[in-house]
Amino acid sequence: MSTPPSKGRIVLVHLYPREMSIYGDLGNTRCLAARIRRHGYECVVHDHHPGMPLPEQTHLFMGGGGQDSGQSRVEDDLAVIGDRLHGLASDGTPMVMICGMYQMFGHAFITHDGVDLPGLGILDVTTRGQSTRMIGGIVLDTGFGEVVGFENHSGATMLGSGQQPFGQVRAGFGNNGVDGTEGARTHNVIGSYLHGPILPANPRVADALIAAAAERATGRPFEPAELDDSVADEARIRQIRRLLSTSAKSAKSAKGAKSAKGGWVSSR
Amino acid sequence: MAIAAGKLTRAATRIRGGGSAFPGLVAERVDPAILTRTLASVTGGIVVVTGTNGKTTTTKMLTAIIRAHGRRVFTNPTGSNFTRGVISAMLGQIGLAGRLDADVAVLELDEWHALRFAEVVTPTHALLLNVARDQLDRFAEIDTTARLLADLAGRTAHLVVLNRDDSFVFRIAASVPDKHIRYFGVDPQVAGQVPSLHEADVRFEDRAAPPAPTPDDGLLRPVDGRDFTIRFGDRTVGPLALRQRGLAAMVNATAAATMARAVLGEDFRTDVTEAVLREVTAPFGRGEVIDADGQPLELVLVKNPAGFTVALSTYGNEPVATMIAINDDYADGQDVSWLYDVSFEALRAHGVAMTSGRRAYDMALRLNYDEVTVEQIEPDLQAALEAFLTAYRGQPTRIFCTYTAMMSLRRLLAARFDLAGFAQEGQ
Repeated sequence: MSTPPSKGRIVLVHLYPREMSIYGDLGNTRCLAARIRRHGYECVVHDHHPGMPLPEQTHLFMGGGGQDSGQSRVEDDLAVIGDRLHGLASDGTPMVMICGMYQMFGHAFITHDGVDLPGLGILDVTTRGQSTRMIGGIVLDTGFGEVVGFENHSGATMLGSGQQPFGQVRAGFGNNGVDGTEGARTHNVIGSYLHGPILPANPRVADALIAAAAERATGRPFEPAELDDSVADEARIRQIRRLLSTSAKSAKSAKGAKSAKGGWVSSR
Repeated sequence: MAIAAGKLTRAATRIRGGGSAFPGLVAERVDPAILTRTLASVTGGIVVVTGTNGKTTTTKMLTAIIRAHGRRVFTNPTGSNFTRGVISAMLGQIGLAGRLDADVAVLELDEWHALRFAEVVTPTHALLLNVARDQLDRFAEIDTTARLLADLAGRTAHLVVLNRDDSFVFRIAASVPDKHIRYFGVDPQVAGQVPSLHEADVRFEDRAAPPAPTPDDGLLRPVDGRDFTIRFGDRTVGPLALRQRGLAAMVNATAAATMARAVLGEDFRTDVTEAVLREVTAPFGRGEVIDADGQPLELVLVKNPAGFTVALSTYGNEPVATMIAINDDYADGQDVSWLYDVSFEALRAHGVAMTSGRRAYDMALRLNYDEVTVEQIEPDLQAALEAFLTAYRGQPTRIFCTYTAMMSLRRLLAARFDLAGFAQEGQ
């Protein structure tokens, strides 16, 4: 049996896999790479570390959540590659930025003590550090249908006036626990707090990113293969059903009882 | 009064068959000074064992070594590693007068409770095993966990034993210049031949290195997959084989021997230590083997990426029918993202017969992305166990499971194979 010819070569850049990959976000890269191959394309995964040059050809970016120490280790490098990322983003390059990298794709992160750490400003969002953490399962309505994941952040993110969110919260906290929005979406850039990781159980989001990457890589429309996503669908639907029924119950009991506990955690 | 109340609750929950932390919780509410008062009578050392992985195994080994040297040891052997678990264990061993009949206390505590414990009772010794990502929805960050261990070292009165192979742990020495420090780890002379047990991706280029070993530091030298020695200068424990398999267990034995030597001083004997380490059985869920109608059924508890990775490197390649059961209660870690930080390629050759637990489908999905075939998915643990054991009757089997899945499976297995006491052990 011979392998069918590749439909094209897609370069996937994982930004800071050492510093910004602590909540299983590596699973997004594994998922994208596997699906790209299953759709019949060749996938090159490029791990981008601080101080390294970006490859000339890039079609898809993934960045994850990190610790405070990880974020401070990548700030200088982000300043170096920031202009290039800006250009690629406004040109339609698909990117998925989770948690810490989502915050850094915004205008600024204002710490608990009022220190203003500038971000890239690719997404029109601003994040403030808070003493309480927003932790738990989360369900969204998005342009890609229902999306499920797990959030774990103390930063509260506010969208700028024209900024489109990634989704509307049906269960969980979202950007700030107040306005019902989650994440942000501009061009083909998605910022979100969802771990889980987000892509394996939400393959429609993964394939939307891959479709945009394939078009950029080949100059032709995406030519998807038929993939069997029945296990992913089952995992997602079961978890959504569970979270929606729990959130309906807790909404009936004390309001705000789900708020995160403990103020001793310093992380974002 | 607090002790009487706690003992009564303990008797009541025993009858109900409930968990071990609850009676301690009652006593802790009634009288928080109970720990201080009772442990004041323990004069041979109060040893705290903490870190992400290997606490229960190491505590069991350390307790056995010290007991084999003729000391009476109080310990919390149940894996209930919160302060109230310590109180629970204590209530079973003290009279109403509150006297603990022990020379040495060896206490297994998780990183957060170890520090809370040390705020009440000053440990004389602390054994800091490792730092890995674990239950981040609870502890939030690995750096935070490392700081908890450093704080514990600062609150320890006498001596701290550190892992010389984990930079998060050996760096703590610099922050406690006034303490006695000893190290355990892989013998630097063979370090290149031994795979790392730590996650490289969260450890950045470290210029710091542990100091050259002294004769008080225990150094592990694996001979092969089963046999190893622990060297203290020119004195050697072993060669010996543990009942538990794998490199992680050897490292735990090295940690336990190093701390035992620190606690026992001149009385420490290599021959006694060797003999007792050969006999220590695997604690609850750490590769326990059950006789399932004449065939071995192995239960392996998995809690975090480092632990699951080590378990897979120990067992993964064997052609044994495999089931994986993943729950997501608080005690399991509610965020199952961590499964994506484990590589399951070792299971590819033989596949996985069954995934189960509340996140059975998420586990199957994870395996799918590592090209590991899954024969069946059944979230209900009882139905899954039944189908798995029926399909693989007459063959050795193995179940990897998270904490609450293991508790349920133990009850089911105890009933099915008539194993008295097995369901309760570990609670």
